[in-house]
Amino acid sequence: MELCPCVKNILLLDFEGKRVAAKYFCDDWPTNGAKEAFEKAVFNKTQKTNARSEVEVTMLENNIVVYKFVQDLHFFVTGGEEENEVILATVLQGFVDAVGLLLRGNVEKREALEYLDLILLCIDEIVDGGIILETDANVIAGKVASHSTVAEGLSEQTFSQALATAREHLARSLLK
Amino acid sequence: MAQPLVKKDDDRDDEAEYSPFLGIEKGAVLQEARVFNDPQLDPRRCSQVITKLLYLLNQGDSFTKVEATEVFFSVTKLFQSKDLGLRRMVYLIIKELSPSADEVIIVTSSLMKDMNSKTDMYRANAIRVLCRITDGTLLTQIERYLKQAIVDKNPVVASAALVSGIHLLQTNPEIVKRWSNEVQEAVQSRAALVQFHALALLQQIRQNDRLAVSKLVTSLTRGTVRSPLAQCLLIRYTSQVIRESNTQTGDRPFYDFLESCLRHKAEMVIFEAARAITELSGVTSRELTPAITVLQLFLSSSKPVLRFAAVRTLNKVALTHPMAVTNCNIDMESLISDQNRSIATLAITTLLKTGNESSVDRLMKQITNFMSDIADEFKIVVVEAIRSLCLKFPLKYRSLMNFLSNILREEGGFEYKKAIVDSIVILIRDIPEAKESGLLHLCEFIEDCEFTYLSTQILHFLGIEGPKTTDPSKYIRYIYNRVHLENATVRAASVSTLAKFGAMVDALKPRIFVLLRRCIFDSDDEVRDRATLYLNTLGGDGEVVETDKDVKIFLFGDLDIPLVNLETSLKNYEPSEEPFDIDSVPKEVKSQPLVEKKAPGKKPAGLGAPPAGPPSTVDAYERLLSSIPEFSNFGKLFKSSSPVELTEAETEYAVNVVKHIFDRHVVFQYNCINTIPEQLLENVSVIVDASEAEDFTEVTSKPVRSLPYDTPGQTFVAFEKPDGITAVGKFSNMLRFIVKEVDPSTGEAEEDGVEDEYQLEDLEVVAADYMMKVGVSNFRNAWESMGEDFERVDEYGLGPRESLAEAVSAVINLLGMQPCEGTEAVATNSRSHTCLLSGVFLGNVRVLVRLQFGIEGSRDVAMKLAVRSEDEAVGDAIHEIVSCS
Repeated sequence: MELCPCVKNILLLDFEGKRVAAKYFCDDWPTNGAKEAFEKAVFNKTQKTNARSEVEVTMLENNIVVYKFVQDLHFFVTGGEEENEVILATVLQGFVDAVGLLLRGNVEKREALEYLDLILLCIDEIVDGGIILETDANVIAGKVASHSTVAEGLSEQTFSQALATAREHLARSLLK
Repeated sequence: MAQPLVKKDDDRDDEAEYSPFLGIEKGAVLQEARVFNDPQLDPRRCSQVITKLLYLLNQGDSFTKVEATEVFFSVTKLFQSKDLGLRRMVYLIIKELSPSADEVIIVTSSLMKDMNSKTDMYRANAIRVLCRITDGTLLTQIERYLKQAIVDKNPVVASAALVSGIHLLQTNPEIVKRWSNEVQEAVQSRAALVQFHALALLQQIRQNDRLAVSKLVTSLTRGTVRSPLAQCLLIRYTSQVIRESNTQTGDRPFYDFLESCLRHKAEMVIFEAARAITELSGVTSRELTPAITVLQLFLSSSKPVLRFAAVRTLNKVALTHPMAVTNCNIDMESLISDQNRSIATLAITTLLKTGNESSVDRLMKQITNFMSDIADEFKIVVVEAIRSLCLKFPLKYRSLMNFLSNILREEGGFEYKKAIVDSIVILIRDIPEAKESGLLHLCEFIEDCEFTYLSTQILHFLGIEGPKTTDPSKYIRYIYNRVHLENATVRAASVSTLAKFGAMVDALKPRIFVLLRRCIFDSDDEVRDRATLYLNTLGGDGEVVETDKDVKIFLFGDLDIPLVNLETSLKNYEPSEEPFDIDSVPKEVKSQPLVEKKAPGKKPAGLGAPPAGPPSTVDAYERLLSSIPEFSNFGKLFKSSSPVELTEAETEYAVNVVKHIFDRHVVFQYNCINTIPEQLLENVSVIVDASEAEDFTEVTSKPVRSLPYDTPGQTFVAFEKPDGITAVGKFSNMLRFIVKEVDPSTGEAEEDGVEDEYQLEDLEVVAADYMMKVGVSNFRNAWESMGEDFERVDEYGLGPRESLAEAVSAVINLLGMQPCEGTEAVATNSRSHTCLLSGVFLGNVRVLVRLQFGIEGSRDVAMKLAVRSEDEAVGDAIHEIVSCS
């Protein structure tokens, strides 16, 4: 019996439900068509909700989906219906915060595409074949950035500083 | 609420369109990938191209085999570069390309070099990549490095090796199992996640060794577990050990550990422990209390995930321990207005499960407000919960039925409306007082129903239930209105319903005939045909006479034939002088393996027809047997069993047997396969010893002349048995044959053979062989129409059984009948159960069985068996089957 906590997919969609980055770790959605249909269903089901301050959660097709929105980006993590949703939420929070650090607070679609390599490496550092590798945003971002040619600037500031800027930026954008 | 946040700058239009991948094209990117072959590599440029390739793959583009190979080969060149970032991207794309075995060899040495590099990042990633793409042979070469990596002092390297081990365990278990010493050491690691990954791998290595897992749990629950994830994992292992330990008395082992986890500082651990406690089998209310208390705190958390987790768990607990959850009802009621609709719906359905009779009305008021602003899928859940509530408190049917009829009138999609209609139908069936009002609600609904399927189903249902009410005439108007206003399908259904009223209620006959005569002028063929048929058979030419029973059966009776079988038979029928004989259609429903339902009995069958089985193989058997002259005078084949294996898998000769049952004969068909290429078998027969089957006398047998390698052959043995008697017995079988050596190179057999024998396993003919699984769509109707004339009732003690469910399935298997309406599923923890079975007994006699089970504290099961059938003797035979075993 499979007892180890398992992540079925990690998705990053834009505000229209289009895929920015997606990684599937199981065979529940074998074709790209099936994946896109799932993404569409998830997006439609969640788009009207307010998942900006806290991680939100819902059930879809016998799966648990936790999600959070930042600016025009929608973050999702999916697990099986027997999965502990608090664990999934921890994975999601790690993903969101790590992306915040890597994009230096500018969490929006344009930046995400500009630094897509960082996003993909970030997902690669969070989950390996469904098994959770790491959930601490600082560690994740550290692993990704330490060997990135693109994010040289990041090494100049410490990660806690970067996290602080990210929070500040977030707060400002919410006040707008 | 929240609109998508977009920048409101003036130049927004230009900006929104901007994307580094705008206008990206696969062909062009593949061209660009040529930079990988440059003698002077530009790491930044190469990284960008890889990102583009990954973007394409991520968007769902796929590369052809040739393209993928080409990209893969040029990517391998990039190992020359020392650039860290580029190397990282190379790892990523190799994993995405998932190269084939012969391609893997090319990168193996580069990756193995990285695995032994001084840079931890290289080592960790090289391990993950190599393990992802490797196969068994390569694995033995790198095994030594992996074992070292598991105990590496760098946690990232150790985790990479451990996680890879978890994946490899699926494909190469024998290799990974050799690492258990290293993994054991890693469990003691000071790094939190290494411990988590080691624990996951160690348990999977030892999962078949209960004792080892139990020891592991014992030592860890006393020691220190550093990460919350590892602690969650430990809780899951602990639950598994508790499940398997099965101690009946005294304190539950490890309960204290679970309880102590409720005070952990991480929420994921607290929740995991609370959930584990609620899922303990046979959990007592004393054990439950601390878990419910923490879940109750979660209900008022500011985090939606915690509220959701808590209410979802309590919802499940409410099924088995409603009283334990009532303490949370106040918190739960405030969740009805939760922003998150999933939480609100779960709260409502939980309240519906725990609510008592007095709170129903108040609850319904709250739900009515709530229903207007949730999606259909949530509404369906609520409707199903209300249905079970109504069955629990039949006295409250009035307010619940009103609620259902109100929401039936509101807007909604097909699935939602169907759920409501199904619920009303079930309430009508189970609560007699609710019948009249329920039928009227349905009548009003079809006045304005946009779904043809629902209209026809309701009309059909009205035809069955309407004539039995005190005043059937009041439904006629609703039904006849449909003939005027609807499409052809609904009109045809209305005509049939009208005719049913006419056939059942003599007082209404003249009026019905008038209406039917008008339908003769309908524009649709089917409607006219039906009207004409009914007028002629019911005597619409003026005379009002009681409708003949045969006519009723002809028009409205059950066909008793699986529709699939009828369809196959009709397709096979070739137009000829001989009319199609409906009795020639096999009645056997090919039994489907019972798929374990996620929620047993959660969805009682509403209007739906009985599940249709796949086409049966009975046809094929019948054709085969009738082609053999020896068996031609046995009459019509009643039933053929599914094949029973008489040999172990992978033995020299594979033999299974199919039992064919006739009225006075039983034929065993032995299907034999010779699995030895160097042998040819001749004159193969089965010698059957029937000394333990007194009622049977062997009449004839038919050997296989020649049985070459890997070609199936059949030999038959036929027995005579007394007519109509369900004789049972045990038969021992010996395969006898002449074996000849075959030269494998030429395929020619030697002249001379040797006589030989091969012992097969015993075979039994049991009572269930004389019973066909034939379901009925509406058991209650069938039961009532069968009448009490030949009812046989008796009670039996079944002694101590493992569980109620086990007892139920044992009796079902013994009788070999078809469970109806999902009654084969027993709710967990229930103390009593009613099971409805249907079948056709030897001699084509319909049999219905109602079984009532009860279980006592000492696991003693008692059973009341009521049989109704068309033949008294068959009822006795059924009781005999039970009492003899």
